[in-house]
Amino acid sequence: MLVFLARRLAYMALTMLVLSLIVFLVLEFSPGSIATKVLGPYSSEEQRAIWLEENGYNEPLFVRYFDWLGGFVTGDLGESIKYKVPVNDILWDRLANTGILGLATFLVMIPLSLTLGVLAGMKEGSFQDRSISVVGIVFTSVPEFASAVLLSTIFVFGLGLLPGTSGMTDGFNFVELILPVMVLVLYDFGYVARMTRASMAEVMTTHYIRTAVLKGLPYRVVIMKHALRNALIAPFTVIMLQINWLLSGVIVVEFFFAYKGFGALLLEASLAQDIYVIEACAMVAVFVAVSTQTLADIGYTYLNPRIRFS
Amino acid sequence: MADVAADIPKREPLILRILKSFVLLRESGVAMIGAGIIVFWVLMALFAPLVAPFPPNATLAPMLPPFSPFDGPEGGTFWLGTDHIGRDILSRIIYGSQTVLIYAPIATVCAYAVGILMGVVAGYKGGWWDDILSFVANLILSFPVLVLYVIIIATVGASGINILIAITFASAPGIMRIVRGLVLDLRTRDYVAAAQTRGESSMWIMLVEILPNARGPLIVDACLRLGYVTITIGVLGFLGLGLPPPNPDWGGMINETRTMAQVFPWMSVFPCLAISSLVLGLNLLADGLREISIKD
Repeated sequence: MLVFLARRLAYMALTMLVLSLIVFLVLEFSPGSIATKVLGPYSSEEQRAIWLEENGYNEPLFVRYFDWLGGFVTGDLGESIKYKVPVNDILWDRLANTGILGLATFLVMIPLSLTLGVLAGMKEGSFQDRSISVVGIVFTSVPEFASAVLLSTIFVFGLGLLPGTSGMTDGFNFVELILPVMVLVLYDFGYVARMTRASMAEVMTTHYIRTAVLKGLPYRVVIMKHALRNALIAPFTVIMLQINWLLSGVIVVEFFFAYKGFGALLLEASLAQDIYVIEACAMVAVFVAVSTQTLADIGYTYLNPRIRFS
Repeated sequence: MADVAADIPKREPLILRILKSFVLLRESGVAMIGAGIIVFWVLMALFAPLVAPFPPNATLAPMLPPFSPFDGPEGGTFWLGTDHIGRDILSRIIYGSQTVLIYAPIATVCAYAVGILMGVVAGYKGGWWDDILSFVANLILSFPVLVLYVIIIATVGASGINILIAITFASAPGIMRIVRGLVLDLRTRDYVAAAQTRGESSMWIMLVEILPNARGPLIVDACLRLGYVTITIGVLGFLGLGLPPPNPDWGGMINETRTMAQVFPWMSVFPCLAISSLVLGLNLLADGLREISIKD
């Protein structure tokens, strides 16, 4: 187990390193345009050249890469071109906001999708199964931006029940979180439910379930005590990997509802070519994605005794 | 030898076999509904100039609600209303289907070409080919997809070609993983050993012997992926990173008009329904195909 852990962590570090190089190379593609972005379109050729020289852009590429990486590891993320403040001052607040949004989404999505998945998988091919599957497909087919428009047309403009933006201008407001969470849950729950269903359906065909049924255990006990424990191993991995999808969905939802989160920051930075912010955001996104994948792997191994003891 | 050859039934011509596989669809109601929706949009795209009541970029009468009559010389009705600068929404949705139905399949085919090549080589050759290709695929897959798109498009700029490249780059590794898994299983089959004994080149074995036998799961995956790509093109348009205006593009239409949704909801609601229905069609077809393939 220890060797496995060490190998997984080493692999994660290697992935992060290579990805940091790729992010760096892609974004440093055109140093001329960085100077233009910072100094504005009316700056002269000389001013740009001086700026590039002062900020070390004439150093060889690998020197700058290690400079940047060194700063990154020690917590110096550079300065935002657009906001003229250190990236550290913006990034962490935004990330915390997205964390709240993500947590709320998971708190709603996990119970909902697991319940539906188990209900569908219990009796494969039944009416209950087919209707849950089709409902899942219908909701997964509506892209996040479309459901955001449709839901706000209904609940904000039609019924006037909920606020249409989630800027949280007067402090944290739970009501403003409802629509963003709803959009994210509606798009994501179908997939997790489908995976849970597949896993549950497979467990239901095993011999030990047949034995439990045949020896006369009540159906509820068979499901709750015997089937669920095995059927929920695979969905665990799916849910962990879902965080990767959530990061994508968050960009759309935060943009639409003007929520001050990480996804909106990344989008703003990309549109403004705010290079240090993009780099920092990309590395955070990669870190979250890679570490959840590692956690999913480790958790899967731990949860499944057949792998743990072999 | 001649007798044995005579016993093997002749293969039907390719067109007949393709037609027969469409008849198979009738086994699943869900697949039929899905296929119906897709055929509807394909017909809309093909006959857009005949079906659309107005030219898509003509500014006629701004901000009219659905079912308003057109006062201009040609007459006619704005069935779904007009947008903020007076273009007919129904016509723009119909022409917008051309945009989606051109870009999404091309992007999917490109992604499949790259993904299949990577997957077949990694699965069949094994060894360090597999190590390197799998590592590259894992690297790309560990990026959140939309973050990858946003960075690529924001760096290289928004244009049709760049969208195709970004989608290919981001989807190929997922396809490669599926193909690799299938090939790892298929390469132990007897017909592969037979081809190796005959002395066929590895290129021939990979593409002619192994690949056609992996088509079942790939067709289902292609349907689902076409849905994702449709969503992606919509999302990019919605975020303002899609095709430059005034091309009618569903995501772009929603982006242009969503801030006015409180007063003019029809401007953004109908494009939303259009893209959702197309993706729904693809997902239903994929689900039905999977059901049929399990039955066999």
